[in-house]
Amino acid sequence: MNVIETNQLTKRFGTFTAVDRISFEVGEGEIFGFLGANGAGKTTAMRMLCGLSVPTSGEAHVAGFDVYKEAEKIKSHIGYMSQKFSLYGDLKVWENIRLFGGIYGLSTRQLAVKTDELLELLDLKGERNTLVNALPLGWKQKLAFSVAVIHEPRIVFLDEPTGGVDPVTRRQFWELIYQAAERHITVFVTTHYMDEAEYCNRVSIMVDGCIKALDSPSGLKTTFQVTNMNDVFHMLARKAKRGE
Amino acid sequence: MIKYLLEKEFKQIWRDRFLPKIIFVVPLVQLLILPFAANFEMHNINLAVVDNDHSEMSKQLTNKVLSSGYFNLKDVSPTYDRAMKSIESNDADLILEIPDRMEEQLGHDGQAQVLIAANAVNGTKGGLGSSYLSSIIMDFNQEKNGVVSSKVQPETVTTSFLYNPHLDYKNNMVPGIMAFLLTIVGGFLSALNVVSEKEKGTIEQINVTPVPKALFLLSKLIPFWVIGFILLTIGVLVGWIVYGLLPTGNLGVIYLFAGVYLIAFTGFGLAISSVSSTQQQAMFTAFFFFIIFILLSGLFTPISSMPVWAQNLTYFNPLRYFVEVMRMVYLKGSTIADLGSYFGAIALFALFFNILAVVSYRKKG
Amino acid sequence: MKQLSSFVRKEFYHIFRDKRTMAILLVMPILEIILFGYAITTEIKSTPFAVLDETRNELTTKIVDRFDASEYFALYQVVNTRDEAEHLFRQGKIRMLIVFPPQFASSQDASVQLLADATDPNEATQITAYAKQLIAESGQWKVNAAVQQSGGIRPVVHLLYNPQMKGAYNFVPGVMGLILILICALMTSVGIVKEKEMGTMEVLLVSPIKPVFIILAKALPYLLLSLVNIATILLLSYFLLKVPIAGSLLLLVSISLLYALVSLCLGLLISTIADTQQAAMLISAMALMLPVILLSGMMFPIENMPWILQWLSHIVPAKWYIIAVKDVMIKGLGFTAVWREVAILFLMVVVLIALSVKRFKIRLE
Repeated sequence: MNVIETNQLTKRFGTFTAVDRISFEVGEGEIFGFLGANGAGKTTAMRMLCGLSVPTSGEAHVAGFDVYKEAEKIKSHIGYMSQKFSLYGDLKVWENIRLFGGIYGLSTRQLAVKTDELLELLDLKGERNTLVNALPLGWKQKLAFSVAVIHEPRIVFLDEPTGGVDPVTRRQFWELIYQAAERHITVFVTTHYMDEAEYCNRVSIMVDGCIKALDSPSGLKTTFQVTNMNDVFHMLARKAKRGE
Repeated sequence: MIKYLLEKEFKQIWRDRFLPKIIFVVPLVQLLILPFAANFEMHNINLAVVDNDHSEMSKQLTNKVLSSGYFNLKDVSPTYDRAMKSIESNDADLILEIPDRMEEQLGHDGQAQVLIAANAVNGTKGGLGSSYLSSIIMDFNQEKNGVVSSKVQPETVTTSFLYNPHLDYKNNMVPGIMAFLLTIVGGFLSALNVVSEKEKGTIEQINVTPVPKALFLLSKLIPFWVIGFILLTIGVLVGWIVYGLLPTGNLGVIYLFAGVYLIAFTGFGLAISSVSSTQQQAMFTAFFFFIIFILLSGLFTPISSMPVWAQNLTYFNPLRYFVEVMRMVYLKGSTIADLGSYFGAIALFALFFNILAVVSYRKKG
Repeated sequence: MKQLSSFVRKEFYHIFRDKRTMAILLVMPILEIILFGYAITTEIKSTPFAVLDETRNELTTKIVDRFDASEYFALYQVVNTRDEAEHLFRQGKIRMLIVFPPQFASSQDASVQLLADATDPNEATQITAYAKQLIAESGQWKVNAAVQQSGGIRPVVHLLYNPQMKGAYNFVPGVMGLILILICALMTSVGIVKEKEMGTMEVLLVSPIKPVFIILAKALPYLLLSLVNIATILLLSYFLLKVPIAGSLLLLVSISLLYALVSLCLGLLISTIADTQQAAMLISAMALMLPVILLSGMMFPIENMPWILQWLSHIVPAKWYIIAVKDVMIKGLGFTAVWREVAILFLMVVVLIALSVKRFKIRLE
């Protein structure tokens, strides 16, 4: 069953069309990369799928729910990690875990178990009582991801999750993503790091609000006769009007 | 779900460097200073006397004026012009000029004039000062001539001052200021709170969860509600220890009204938050309304003195009702039964503001 | 120079883009002028009162009518028992009760009783004074012939500068002081701290622009806004409230600019103390707004306050500004009269800048 289905999904702000009739599907357990330059419309599209923004036209279903009429229902079944990175900096590590776990309906016992698990997994046991503000960026990001999937949602949305950290930490982050995918959590991730595109099952590339390519990384490389995703991107984005 | 949200809110407030200090220090300072400062009474009016007569009578007159207790003798000048310098330099508020040969003239014609020149930049002060002085002069006439002046014969009218027999202005200000403090805490702080989450971005994380917006707003309201109660208690204690003021009426009534009032104003603050994108904006919007609310509340100047259009506006001001309630319960011992209509009004505001807050809060953009 | 102008332009964009705050900043002075000019007064009007008449004859009716007809009073209800009246007091429906005992005017001992609600002592004293006068005017029952002043000393009253005793004359300078501090100090401090919070301050510090120019660029737009507001206030007070500008306009504006400078420096100092916008706002409110309203002489006369507060008021820049403005604007005096206030303001600028620089340096290390 498809976890995400969109058909001609569009978002306009006045006369400006941020997202222009995109249509695609994402299956369960997929790691789906949503690529594009800055300003291409990725974040806007993702916000519509999360129920944070109402589409102007078109259809979309997430986890089987309609984004127009059942947006609140969608929220119980998804996880989210924003670009701005939003755990509460003035709360401790365990307090953030407890807060979001509680919001998503985990029982007290589950919470205790999960907290220990997470801290162990992320190697943050010693930082249990540290204020999140004090953590280095890479750890914050890993923690934010773990909190986003604490309730084992159907799908987790990640908006540029690895900005600003070194390659080793990025690798570690992607390890977490793989583990989540193995647990049948679909991962929808936007990024403009082209090397991360290689890690995805399938990838779509947005240019000026439209999806200009949608395939597995190897498929795309074959189509465009290049050896890496960077070049795929260059070929598509050269003619872009919006972006860097 | 609410339990987790509340934990978060309380912890955040507690951990903030500034907030807890401000919440308790500012009101305390205000309670200790404001009642002493906020006072329209007139004493210590500075008087400059120009005595051109130098007679026994002029001296008696001057003595009488000074012994009234209203005036301080700042200057004895030889000429009016010199006395005017004192007015210009703000050393004197009032000039009393006794003309040359006044005593003589009185003896001859039975009449004489003196000049009172009052600095009326502060109109009330000038007016009051000159009328005090005038009435002292009239009394002087009475004594001298044994003539019944047009003033009231004291035996015909008795006056009692109810509820505040010593005419202590502080009794008026302290309850009023308590109301004012609850307004600031409920309104201001809650307004800034939600907006700072917006600015930091954490609000998005909440918007994406199944937390219903009403619940989220409730989790913001409750901590400030609780803080408001703590403040109220501190206020009552300070009122008692520092000012010796205890409510004549039932303390429970005060808490009841405070409870509903806090809900109203926190709701108001939350509504402002919902429509502001930066803390600066939220602060200024809140400020804008607060100035109106405070000035038109009867806290510093009576509502009955306002022009009709302003009086009508005060009906839309929740602070107006609460200030009156505080004063009435503290000084007159008014009961719930007496204050039914006030309660209704405040409850209505509570409902209105909170509905407004929920409706204007957008989980999606 | 070009660098500076591009920075100044950036600052202007920042401010003007936030339309709501801009609108509020421009509207607030207008609002305050209107409120202070018309609504903030302690004049007595239509005070609701009740009558307990145990005599009920022509005379008592006449007296009650007289009261009702007067602009100072309005008859709310005729009551039959003291309890009824007590209720009305407690409900806030009346503020004075007139009691005519049985056999009023026919017996020597029967006197009218005035019971006034002294919750607001000022109001109580005023209404009882008016009441006594009304009673005296309407009752000639204890007839004595020459009721008018047949001789003695007659005071002639001149009200200087403000013959119509308009409250506006007193408030307008205060409003100017408040608005200027608000814009210059509060906004500047928040603006600078916001850049600190966002991290863009570091970017600026690393750029080739000298820090002093960064600060200048931040201050300039607010200075301009202040000028606009001063102009608005002066225009409004001149045309709407009929407050004259008796002295030199140039002097007035110069003094205002000096005071704006003091406020800007205060904002600067605050920005070196506060880490977050919230903190900057709260400090500005506590350390600036409140003292300006309370201790500057703007609303409440300083002379009545306990000496600690009077002493404190010396360090409130608004106090000196207000004195200077009143002297120039309303008394029409020249520089020689205000040199002292100007000097003090200058001194404040110097001290504040020194303090800010010192703090700034400490933080950089």
